[in-house]
Amino acid sequence: MTLFEILFWIAAALTGLSAIMVVVTQNIVRAAAWLLFTLAGTAGLYFLLASDFVGAAQLIVYVGGTLVLVVFGVMLTAQGPFVNLRTGAGEWVFSVLAGIALYATLATAAWVTAWDKSEPQEQDAARSSNIAQIGMALTGIREATPEGSITGMPIKPGSPPRSRWRTAYLLPFEIVSVHLLVVLIGAAYLARAKRRKAEGATP
Amino acid sequence: MNFDAFGLQAFLMLGALLFVCGIICMATKRNAIGVLMGVELVLNGANINFVAFSYYNPTFRVEGQVFALFVIVMAAAEAAIALAIVLNYYNNHTSVDVDSAEELKG
Repeated sequence: MTLFEILFWIAAALTGLSAIMVVVTQNIVRAAAWLLFTLAGTAGLYFLLASDFVGAAQLIVYVGGTLVLVVFGVMLTAQGPFVNLRTGAGEWVFSVLAGIALYATLATAAWVTAWDKSEPQEQDAARSSNIAQIGMALTGIREATPEGSITGMPIKPGSPPRSRWRTAYLLPFEIVSVHLLVVLIGAAYLARAKRRKAEGATP
Repeated sequence: MNFDAFGLQAFLMLGALLFVCGIICMATKRNAIGVLMGVELVLNGANINFVAFSYYNPTFRVEGQVFALFVIVMAAAEAAIALAIVLNYYNNHTSVDVDSAEELKG
């Protein structure tokens, strides 16, 4: 076993077991805690896959932002210590059976498909230009992958030259930015306290 | 066993496991915030697939990571708006049980 595999199994066990515990546990606070371990394990997998910027974004945005938001939601909607919203046994059985069938389908598809076995190039996190590539792609300065095409299939030598797709992501980046701004304004509008109207209604 | 194929397929299987856990979580939780956690699990499963393909297919080296970043941002936006809706609902009904949210039907 190489170091890569050992690290993968550690991170995968952390992620998978925590994900299962999120489903199994009935206490919503514990589910939030298990979700924290799932997200942290996923960030470890990203670092393992030499995607350091995505891993850092996962830690900062997901673990530091989204999960804190969820925990605040749990606290603000707490219904007393002993109120549990339990699920019926019949629903459990049906859901788990459907989930096992779905996982069997997905795992079979992932296992049987002959994936493109291109050698993953050596990634040295200290010297890689990974973040620079992502930044260039997001600002649209150049084509993200000059040799790549939209479908990812290698271009045959005899085929006519493809039109020059600019596979950079300036426009999606801007759309995502404006989308996030609009969504946060909308969330603040939706969740605002409506005290004034209630006081006006009551004599 | 080929190391590359093993690696990619192992990551895909882990992503599928997270996806299925999220689906079951969405289906069984009666707490609205539990449903939201299921959505987060589903998005993480998809993200693992994106990043795994970006590592094992050099053509998608940048694409997979950029899409994963977009998914992370979308998840943050979705969590914010969903929690706002849940808080609004809790203010009106003092409950977060999705089974009792029948008044939201149009």
